[in-house]
Amino acid sequence: MKLPVSWLKDFVEIDLNDLFDLARMLTMAGLEVEEIQLAGLSVPETTRREFKVHGLAWDRDKIFVAQINEVMPHPNAERLVLCRVFDGAQEHIVLTGAPSLLAYKNQGPLPKPFKVAYALQGARIYDGHAPGWSLVTLKPARIRGVDSSSMVCSEKELGISEEHEDIIYFDDDAPVGTPLVDYIGDAVFEVKINPNMIRNACVLGIAREIAAITGKPLRAPRSSLEGVIGKAEGAAYAGIQILNPELNPRFVLGLVRGVQPQPSPYWVQRRLRLAGMRPINSVVDATNYAMLEIGEPLHAFDYDILVQRAGGKPPTIITRTAAPGEKLTTLDGVEHTLDDFTVLVCDTAGALSIAGVMGGLESEVSENTRNVLLEGASWNFINIRKTTASQHMNTEASYRFSRGIHPELAMTGVKQCLDYIAQWSGGNIEPELVDAYPLPYKDAVVRITAGEVNRRLGLNLTTTRIATLLDRLDFEVEVEGEFITAKSPAYRTDISEGVIGQADLLEEIARLYGYDNIPASRLADALPVQRRRPLYEGQERMRDCLAALGLMEVISLRLTSPENERRLLPRRNQSLSEEGQENLDADWISVRNPIAQERSVLRRSLLASVMEALEVNSRKSGARASNERLAFFEIGSVYLRRQESADQGQLPLNEDDLLPIEQPKVAIVLQGKREKTGWKTAQAETLDFYDLKGIIEELLDMHALKGSFEPAAHPSFHPGKCARLWIEGGDGSPVDAGIFGELHPQVKENYDLAVEPVLAAELDLQPFLKSNISLRSIESVPVYPPVLEDIAVIVDEAIPAVQVESVIRKAGGKTLAKVSLFDVYRGAQIGEGKKSLAYNLVFQVQDHTLTDDEAEKVRWKIIRLLEQELKASLRGA
Amino acid sequence: MTDQDKLLQDLEASYRQMETEALSALAGVQDEEALHTWQVAHIGRNSPVMNSFKRMADLPKELRPLIGQRANQVKEALESAYEARREQLKQQALQRSLEQERLDVTLPGRRPPAGRLHPITQTLRQILSIFATMGFQVYLSRDVETDDFNFTYLNIPPHHPARDIWDTFHLEIPNTVLRTHTSPGQIRAMREFAPEPVRVALPGMVYRYEQISTRSSFQFYQIELLAVGKNITFGDLKGTLNDFVYRLFEKEGGPQEIRTRFRPDYFPFTEPSAEMDVECFICGGKGCSVCKQSGWVEILGCGMVHPVVLRNGGYDPKKFTGFAAGLGVDRLCMLQHGIDDIRNFWRNDVRFLEQF
Repeated sequence: MKLPVSWLKDFVEIDLNDLFDLARMLTMAGLEVEEIQLAGLSVPETTRREFKVHGLAWDRDKIFVAQINEVMPHPNAERLVLCRVFDGAQEHIVLTGAPSLLAYKNQGPLPKPFKVAYALQGARIYDGHAPGWSLVTLKPARIRGVDSSSMVCSEKELGISEEHEDIIYFDDDAPVGTPLVDYIGDAVFEVKINPNMIRNACVLGIAREIAAITGKPLRAPRSSLEGVIGKAEGAAYAGIQILNPELNPRFVLGLVRGVQPQPSPYWVQRRLRLAGMRPINSVVDATNYAMLEIGEPLHAFDYDILVQRAGGKPPTIITRTAAPGEKLTTLDGVEHTLDDFTVLVCDTAGALSIAGVMGGLESEVSENTRNVLLEGASWNFINIRKTTASQHMNTEASYRFSRGIHPELAMTGVKQCLDYIAQWSGGNIEPELVDAYPLPYKDAVVRITAGEVNRRLGLNLTTTRIATLLDRLDFEVEVEGEFITAKSPAYRTDISEGVIGQADLLEEIARLYGYDNIPASRLADALPVQRRRPLYEGQERMRDCLAALGLMEVISLRLTSPENERRLLPRRNQSLSEEGQENLDADWISVRNPIAQERSVLRRSLLASVMEALEVNSRKSGARASNERLAFFEIGSVYLRRQESADQGQLPLNEDDLLPIEQPKVAIVLQGKREKTGWKTAQAETLDFYDLKGIIEELLDMHALKGSFEPAAHPSFHPGKCARLWIEGGDGSPVDAGIFGELHPQVKENYDLAVEPVLAAELDLQPFLKSNISLRSIESVPVYPPVLEDIAVIVDEAIPAVQVESVIRKAGGKTLAKVSLFDVYRGAQIGEGKKSLAYNLVFQVQDHTLTDDEAEKVRWKIIRLLEQELKASLRGA
Repeated sequence: MTDQDKLLQDLEASYRQMETEALSALAGVQDEEALHTWQVAHIGRNSPVMNSFKRMADLPKELRPLIGQRANQVKEALESAYEARREQLKQQALQRSLEQERLDVTLPGRRPPAGRLHPITQTLRQILSIFATMGFQVYLSRDVETDDFNFTYLNIPPHHPARDIWDTFHLEIPNTVLRTHTSPGQIRAMREFAPEPVRVALPGMVYRYEQISTRSSFQFYQIELLAVGKNITFGDLKGTLNDFVYRLFEKEGGPQEIRTRFRPDYFPFTEPSAEMDVECFICGGKGCSVCKQSGWVEILGCGMVHPVVLRNGGYDPKKFTGFAAGLGVDRLCMLQHGIDDIRNFWRNDVRFLEQF
């Protein structure tokens, strides 16, 4: 909310010499001042700025209230005039182009001089002609042969508003010769109004807060109608009929006869503009002014139109919900088709306005209005919210009504506004008011003790002190023994009763006492029991392992598009529903209100996320030319519909069957050189399948888990270079832990990448959580020396290496401590369709030094079993 | 002078000459090869001194011990001179080769491919470890929430004005949303712990319907802090968060007090609620672009757990109190490292990531 601070002075004593002090006071009371816009006043010179400040401070000795005594023609210019301007000390001849002065040329001394803002040479003002806000210093100039060194100012030149059509004309009582800053110097605070503080979305509300904080008395506005009680049954000029008091607890009407809508006094227009509203005419301005001042949105009807609609009789205002399909054109000219819950203000002829949101076009006040019927009402805030959401209408009125305005304000608002209409537009206020109040508001009553307050805030306040604090906030307070009973003031609706009301009071007590005055302490309460968080611990361990293995962690946006994830399928498959496509062509969980098409669904593939990171980095200049090593991983969830993931690992938090499965995954991609780019790595080899497999094997070791690998088929992967990882679970049976391999060349084509193969994995995190790494037992280091032997065996190409190794292990038994493959050979020497696998064998036992003979026996046993089971032959034998 | 004396004299002269010649030749030896030639010539099988042993039998018997002793003396002298020279040459050769092998130590090193953790992970861990020392256990909660958990249980009923605070992504599944804050985890944690005390730190990704810009993203990381017990005060809230801030921004010499302030704010799930500001550590409060000229940096929202929330979590609000806070991890990470564009976090450019 834009708050012109000078307005506060109408209601409470404040010091405008230190705006920071005032802004700080409001901020620390929960009314955060986000910005200070100077419109004349200045801020103190300090090293700490504290607030964002912009705008213009007026020179006290260079900008004054002055009067134009006579308007004379410019000798050489039709559209310019020369004015005799008196600044309180002397007269100056001032050149101006203000269009409104042209009419007064050659009329001699003005019978009633114009009061204007006058800036002398050297004054800092804004350039009225330049777009935006650019500061200039007034310098002597010669315009069409006439010297000019001072100026009569527009609002823009003084930083009051963007108005530069014409100069400012002050009201007649403006004191000539007074520095302008002393007359209308101001500043606008941009105050953040929280949803529970709508009572402070008005000048009076903020003045009340200041009065409570400073202890200064509040001078609430007094209406000429004070003491007048409205008549529920209606007045001679109008009646009210409320059909649903739940939606419309109160409706107040007043009437002013014989008005003449006209421009409002300058001080009213200036305040409205500073507050961000556009002055329209003295009747409409009065409703807006009263709303800004008191907080009650008001609506003025052209009374004669209502009488006409009622066939010449006094109108009856009816409030009701809209009929099915009912339409209304609001005063902004838009026709609305209304919902059945929308409340309308109607008369016997039909709808007049959307209650609490916007008036209708037909009954709007115009220049020709002579009699004004004024509405002040109270509306159900939830209903107003539903209406604004459904009709996409946000107005000053709906902003307030949708947050809960106390019904008491309907009456005070109407009374105050009637005064303003009569003062600024002429006319007579009908002494009778109409007040239908079928559902009186019950102000909350809360009972609390000092013990409760102190226990929760960590303070040591006495009952009296608490009662005083609440009293300053206008609560009606009664103290009986240890109990404090406080009744909420009749302008706020944010206080509840019972235990919630106590929390409301605590906040008010703490706020007024000052959060900063509450001493900080350390937690002394009992600690909870310790609980394990396997998922958290597991994911962090996985992160550490992968970083230790030389991979870079990425974190991606989790909203994506189906098109983006479908890139993980070869193009030919994208529209088909082939077997084996698993999650990739199923349906994504979509967002109902996406910010963009490419962020319209929750991801189903973590690999797709990491592929995007690869693509981003592959695109950057130089990466491709140098075949840079790119190695990324990500740990995070994918989102799957519940029914389709019934057989998959479940998170512990699935309380609600409605919610999708969030399955934690690990994705890895590798591309480029095996080594990091350096000055001697030009010849470095390119990463391949076994680099990725090596990383996965290390992961298993680091988790003390046993895994196995088998060839797998998946449309995203090269059919010959794809494997599935199985991890031995707690019961010894293997658990599917995901798939990895070289990306299918046709999938790679879907990305903007270098030519080298992409190695990729998408693994489930869940099987890795079974790791019992911190309690695993280890084998002791052998004391007796080993016997080392190499063997090379020739087998059919079709026999996988894992089978050869398992036969070797079986035959080797306990004596064979270690088997490691060191070479794979294919070539003419061993014949087509064959391969030679060479192993280092380590024979070793824990209890004695193995002899060569013992080792030799086992070696032959291994060779014989390889011959029997795999038809292998010993190479070089 | 007897013949023997004469012979002795001659022999002595010849040994002396043998030794002198050999030693002077040795002084001129400059490499391994010449040394070998010298060795053959002067202490080899056919060298003068060795040959003199062979001729020993021709000498008179009584002279043999004396001459033999003398011959040995020369042989040993030459041998040790040879060893010394050999050692000397070896040293010289080593010195020469060491000098030739001089590297340009300013050339870049060969780096192993070192992994990196994402900056958010690093800041997250730092924050969680500070809170862990204060007894806050990590608690994970889900990304997709029901409307009830994200709003209603947190004292934000449907159509409540407070719902305006969060711009929400709604999912096609009825009544589900992407969590707009980590606060729904409060309810889940309380329901798990009740009626025991709670002290958890709840990290997670949260989502708001916002266009991506340098300052905001539709996805960002948050940590929720929750303490529930029978004796938890607003003062405890202030003390805990002050301690946290002192440690997070501590410089050399350990934690030190930083000016903080708590100012009233509004959150439906806490009351009293506060916003915590830290004196801008970039400008020291003078005003700069980081603190938007205010001298203060907003770092988190917090407050005493609202009675409705306590009740929804399974605690009797008459007996239990608690506090909660929500911290933006991205924002803290940006402040720690002077990062000016939040989009860096999810763009995953190596040139950004490798700096951490």
